Amino acid sequence: MAGGNYEKYRSDGSFAGNLLEWIDARFPVTANWKAHLSEYYAPKNFNFWYFFGSLALLVLVMQVATGIFLVMHYKPDASLNAAGVPVAFASVEYIMRDVPWGWLIRYMHSTGASAFFIVVYLHMFRAMLYGSYRKPRELLWIFGVLVYLLLMAEAFAGYLLPWGQMSFWGAQVILNLFSAIPFIGDDLALWIRGDYVIADATLNRMFAFHVIAIPLALIGLVAAHVLALHEVGSNNPDGIEIKAKKDARGIPLDGIPFHPYYTVKDIVGVIVFLMAFSLVVFFAPEMGGYFLEYNNFIPADPLQTPPHIAPVWYFTPFYSMLRANTVNFFWVDAKLWGVIFMGLGVMILFFLPWLDRSPAKSIRYRGPIYKGALTLFVVAFLVLGYLGMQAPTPAYTLISQICTVVYFLFFLLMPWYTRIDKCKPEPERLTK
Amino acid sequence: MSSDETIDGARRNLVLASAAVGGVATVATAVPFLASMAPSERAKAAGAPVEADISKLAPGEMMRVEWRGKPVWILRRTQEMLDTLKKADPLVADPDSKRPMQPDYIKGDARAIKPEYLVVVGICTHLGCSPSEKFAEGAASGISDDWLGGFLCPCHGSTFDFSGRVYKNKPAPDNLEVPPYYYLSDTRILIGEDQKA
Repeated sequence: MAGGNYEKYRSDGSFAGNLLEWIDARFPVTANWKAHLSEYYAPKNFNFWYFFGSLALLVLVMQVATGIFLVMHYKPDASLNAAGVPVAFASVEYIMRDVPWGWLIRYMHSTGASAFFIVVYLHMFRAMLYGSYRKPRELLWIFGVLVYLLLMAEAFAGYLLPWGQMSFWGAQVILNLFSAIPFIGDDLALWIRGDYVIADATLNRMFAFHVIAIPLALIGLVAAHVLALHEVGSNNPDGIEIKAKKDARGIPLDGIPFHPYYTVKDIVGVIVFLMAFSLVVFFAPEMGGYFLEYNNFIPADPLQTPPHIAPVWYFTPFYSMLRANTVNFFWVDAKLWGVIFMGLGVMILFFLPWLDRSPAKSIRYRGPIYKGALTLFVVAFLVLGYLGMQAPTPAYTLISQICTVVYFLFFLLMPWYTRIDKCKPEPERLTK
Repeated sequence: MSSDETIDGARRNLVLASAAVGGVATVATAVPFLASMAPSERAKAAGAPVEADISKLAPGEMMRVEWRGKPVWILRRTQEMLDTLKKADPLVADPDSKRPMQPDYIKGDARAIKPEYLVVVGICTHLGCSPSEKFAEGAASGISDDWLGGFLCPCHGSTFDFSGRVYKNKPAPDNLEVPPYYYLSDTRILIGEDQKA
């Protein structure tokens, strides 16, 4: 945090000035304002890729705010009401039909979930484009991956709450992943479910995780992510350190204060984002079944899996990796291999800062090999995402196996191909 | 503490001892919280056997009953269905039901007390979806031209024959589970209990 290096605020004699002086003497208002906004120097050449961090923060605030109002009406109860409908499912319908403006708040929340993943995926891709995970930003990246992991847990827990068919069977599949772990798996899955099947106990604990446990951890990690960012300073599209060239006052020559320059610029991003967001909320809240799946408008039925189930789009790349494993080898079931590959697919992101040995950080100065590898990686990730939404066929399984291999080779071969790549020399100062 | 200061051994031991006691207390306090997430006594008590009346089941038809929150299928197999089992033998992962997915009295291709009636838990052994009926043979099933008929799990594409035996090289590791059951009479089955000797 900002320490005592800043001078305390001195009042100009006005009432507002006196008030600020009084507060500043007791709480580091101006010190933090300067450290994180008015004297936090960010590179001057941020492009549109740099909107997504602040947009993620905006969506987080929106999810918390809409979530609070949804909890006022939602009931985590799997028992059947007088009409034979699960209470939880009925309470979501109640929000949609009877609560004044309930439909808007819920659609903002459900669209916000997908929007969160869209901005976070773009935010992560930005880091891969410009090498933002490289030294000295390794810990910043690790906090970010942890945020992504928590976000997946949060989305998963939230998806169970409407207690529809996809909620139920999606949770059945994901919680059964734990049972694939040797020796302790079955007991672990039982402990997480709290019952022998997905039941009321499961719904209630997922509610507890979704509304309090995970959001608390998420907000703490986001704070750590921002603090780590402000400690090392932002990377930029040129991937060079602006702190290397400072003026006489110790201010980076290529840096501009975050406030007002980027606060104002980010407002433009916020407006464009909110326009797109509103279009979805008001005109396509289900997004053709991608944001809200049609099967989830049917109450959970433990006896009947819907003929086609797929997770929500943001999980599908990893879901494809799970399905791609169909062969038992090394005396290990295909089931466990699937779970291992799915887990490693996420975990391998943690190691990215140390796998990359390229002399240049930014894609602008990297050679053709990395550009090709990154393109292949993106294509493989998107194809895996698409296949994860489709019913499995032998051809699709083969394609997802190939894409899974490409995904992992991108990381595993990275120490080798980034070293032999022909990079261009990095500039001394920011270019544009 | 700088290195040239002398260490007060008694104090250090007291600090270590209180840290250790505090650690033990923390772990002990965590136990009830973690244990509270295990299945409750009520959840453990629910699980009584259920009775199924199969008198109205036509050949080739399947009924579902709920046992311990899971679907149990009772399929009245036709002779054609039973004939496919031999053909499936080389194609399935565990043709002789060697792995412990059934009570001891369930043996052979049919995996049933009476071959005509298949009784299995309709939960895929991969990740717990309930497979769907794909009884039509061949291309009509939408699976493959040489499909013998059986079940397809919609989640990850595992396929099972008419005895619930999993085909090779599919995500599911095991055959469908056969619950303990016995015939109360020719038309009534009790699911969830072995016949008492």
